[in-house]
Amino acid sequence: MTGAADQPANGSGSLLEARNLTRILPAVVPVTLVRDVDFKIGEAEFVAITGPSGSGKSSLLYLLGLLDRPTAGEVLIEGNKTADLSSADMAQIRLEKIGFVFQFHFLLPEFTALENIMIPMQKLGRLNARDQLEHATRLLSDLGLEDFLHRRPAQLSGGQRQRVAVARALANAPDLILADEPTGSLDSAATEQVFESLQTIVETQKTTVIAVTHDMDLAARMPRRIHLVDGRIDYDRAQ
Amino acid sequence: MLLLRIATTHVRNRMRQTVVSTLGVALGVGFSVAMASLMEGSQRDFMTTLIEAIPHVEIVDEKRVPAEQPATAVYDAVAFHGLRPLEDLRGIRNPTEAIASLRDWVHGDIAQRLSGQAVLRYSGQDLGITLSGIVPRRELAVSKIEEDMRQGSIEALDTTANGLVIGSKAATRLGADLGDTVTLTSANGIAKRFKIVGLFHTGITASDEGFAYAPLKAVQILFEKPDIINSISVRLSDINQASDVAARAEQQLGYKAVSWEEANEGLMEAFVVRNAIMYTVVGAILVVAGFGIFNIVSTIVHEKARDIAILKSLGFPESDIQQVFVLEGLVIGVLGAIAGCLLGFGLSSYLATVKFEVTTDVEMTRLPIHFSYLHYVLACLLALFSSAVAGFIPARKAAKLNPVDIIRGAT
Repeated sequence: MTGAADQPANGSGSLLEARNLTRILPAVVPVTLVRDVDFKIGEAEFVAITGPSGSGKSSLLYLLGLLDRPTAGEVLIEGNKTADLSSADMAQIRLEKIGFVFQFHFLLPEFTALENIMIPMQKLGRLNARDQLEHATRLLSDLGLEDFLHRRPAQLSGGQRQRVAVARALANAPDLILADEPTGSLDSAATEQVFESLQTIVETQKTTVIAVTHDMDLAARMPRRIHLVDGRIDYDRAQ
Repeated sequence: MLLLRIATTHVRNRMRQTVVSTLGVALGVGFSVAMASLMEGSQRDFMTTLIEAIPHVEIVDEKRVPAEQPATAVYDAVAFHGLRPLEDLRGIRNPTEAIASLRDWVHGDIAQRLSGQAVLRYSGQDLGITLSGIVPRRELAVSKIEEDMRQGSIEALDTTANGLVIGSKAATRLGADLGDTVTLTSANGIAKRFKIVGLFHTGITASDEGFAYAPLKAVQILFEKPDIINSISVRLSDINQASDVAARAEQQLGYKAVSWEEANEGLMEAFVVRNAIMYTVVGAILVVAGFGIFNIVSTIVHEKARDIAILKSLGFPESDIQQVFVLEGLVIGVLGAIAGCLLGFGLSSYLATVKFEVTTDVEMTRLPIHFSYLHYVLACLLALFSSAVAGFIPARKAAKLNPVDIIRGAT
């Protein structure tokens, strides 16, 4: 294993830390998804998690995003342990600090693009209704979707849906965006649009983005890469 | 509000199933309301008829407990052997004084009677009847017999010393008519001739065939009981006071006083049982409607597994997910309850207009319907409870879904 496991690549304070993170699926023959993963990720980092299929990339992402609980080890967010948190507390952290983008857009099909983005805002309740509308409109406009505000997911192209998903992940101005193969189902033009969107977020909003990807060309354009093989870190290095 | 919006969006997008489930609840609530209105209407109608037909309090010439032997009042322990109680003459003594003492505090009308069995004979035909000796003016104040008079009048008993008022069916059986003279024979074998001065028709066969009224004095002579009566009827201004009045009258006079509630205790219990059965049936209908809601919410949970994962990844806790699906059940329940109330009101209103003729013991020409908001409130509460439970079971399952499993399944 090589690389930057102890310090965030940009040298700033640790936003996210994985300590000996292990996830084993209980079964007749237990399946190890992630084993002894250690790293720290700082603010405004753009990190690629790569590896072959079944190497535990998505499982690691779900652990980092508090969607799943580790079998051993722990995840620290801003230095705070999360192992003993209730599922409601973990949900609150996801709401306030983490945004997800999945391979498939995972937008709520009955709601328009604007409504999909406003739902997490309404849940958090930081902004009043008018500000929520303004903020959601601005997010979509920043991603070039100002003409599609009132369209439902079914009325959007794959790239547009994925950009709406990115906008939704940004809705509550999270510190961390976790993207699981965000361009996996897109053509090259849409892939470029989504990638640029994520890159802009890191540069302009100082939000940390961790993206799982199969696409080595895309991974090569990210400043840091964590490569997994069989659930373990093969290397973690700045590029 | 957000959770409600998500819930309503879900049910709106499954319009056909939502409509079917809503109809299920609506039918449950509607029929429950109509059934409750009909049941309570019939109960009230029956009670009204009953209360009008019988005295609110009746004091009879009986003791509730046997009279105490004088020796027991003197000694601590007494044993009796071969005791032969004195054959006391039945009847309320000094009726004028007893009635006067009641008038001091009872708010209502009081009438005295002497009733007994007699045989009515006319043109060779005999008919066993209960003959009541009454003071017409007072009897009219405590009973509704005047309303049932078909020919002649009760007041005619005041002007005809040996006047007699009989039921229409008794007259028909004997072939007698107004103005005819009949013979009444008492159990003592004393026979007197009476002139029919009135015919009544209550609609209750037992009364129309088996009761007759004559002046009190004439009946006292026939039964050989001068200055004796065997019942005092009280009609109260407030029927709810009947039990209290009966208790006080019994204490004051020493005779058994029976309120209308006590007299019809068995009937009251039958009504309680009937209502229990009715509300069980109503509850069962709404439970069946609940299965419809359970079905639709379960289907939505199954179909919306991905949405559940999305909401969880966005930071919605399990409790919110559960609330969304309970709300879905409740939304259907509320829509069904509103539609059901309208249906119930329509059904009840229609039933209230239905007219028919039945000739049985009690004549009824219209279905008795009682409109009460309580029927609607109760049916709605039951429907909402059933909806909440029906939504809660799949909602709990939804809340427990692991988003990672769903996301993995989808990708």
